[in-house]
Amino acid sequence: MKIETAVTDISVEALKAGDRAEFARLVDLASAPIYRLGLKMLGNPQDAEDVLQNTFLKALQSLGNFEGRSSPLTWLYRIAVNEALMLIRRQKPQVEIAEEPQDGEGDLPTPVQLTDWCCLPESDFLTAESKRALDAAILKLPEKLRVVFLLRDIEGMSIQETSETLNLTETAVKTRLLRARLHLREQLSSYFTDRLAEERVK
Amino acid sequence: MKHQHEHECSDLLGSISEYVDGSLREELCRELEQHLSECEDCRVVVNTMKKTIELYQTDAPKDGLPADVRQRLYKSLHLEDLPHTLH
Repeated sequence: MKIETAVTDISVEALKAGDRAEFARLVDLASAPIYRLGLKMLGNPQDAEDVLQNTFLKALQSLGNFEGRSSPLTWLYRIAVNEALMLIRRQKPQVEIAEEPQDGEGDLPTPVQLTDWCCLPESDFLTAESKRALDAAILKLPEKLRVVFLLRDIEGMSIQETSETLNLTETAVKTRLLRARLHLREQLSSYFTDRLAEERVK
Repeated sequence: MKHQHEHECSDLLGSISEYVDGSLREELCRELEQHLSECEDCRVVVNTMKKTIELYQTDAPKDGLPADVRQRLYKSLHLEDLPHTLH
């Protein structure tokens, strides 16, 4: 995480003392990744903006309780994840993939799609339709798996940073990450296997 | 034989995520690679999982916040008067 280094320069004391310029600096550094996380978690710009604003408003309110044990960025991500999950639960309480237990327990989903589509021309992966398929696949993940995948594979956090942010054990993070990746692989495989079939009739 | 083979596939499924991250214990790694050399289905699963992750990483937008979103954020936080945030 490149901004992680910049954020470690942020003075927690200054933040807690009400230094607005220092808070603005933190907002400057962290707003883009927080917005991106909201966008991928919720799937639309309006909700992402709500998550973004609420995250920083809550951060301002709870600065007094921030002990500085984790980095300010981890702290912000934690608030943002909670905001996003709250919004999702308010909007649709049901689980999208019914057979997937939310806590990541139980048997792993057996891979069904077994075609190797990696050989497709690079241009097929870059179309607007492919990008929509990628986004749609993320939104179909149960949110507890989705958030782990986003922090680890999109935001580039380590397993340890992800576990710290989500208050999960590293084992739980690894299990959820594996499940998320298996689900996404399955969905992308069915999408790109169709593209492969089209490519072959050309 | 076929049944036993499938059993091996599902046993090793739990290791492939750490394998693609390069963080799998050496002993398990060898076991998995041995299996991959004999099992095309599992090779496909590993390859397409790697590709899946790679596609998401290249697709992730690295650009900043849209200007209007940024403006509304600073307003809601009453920070719009601070000069260095206005870029």
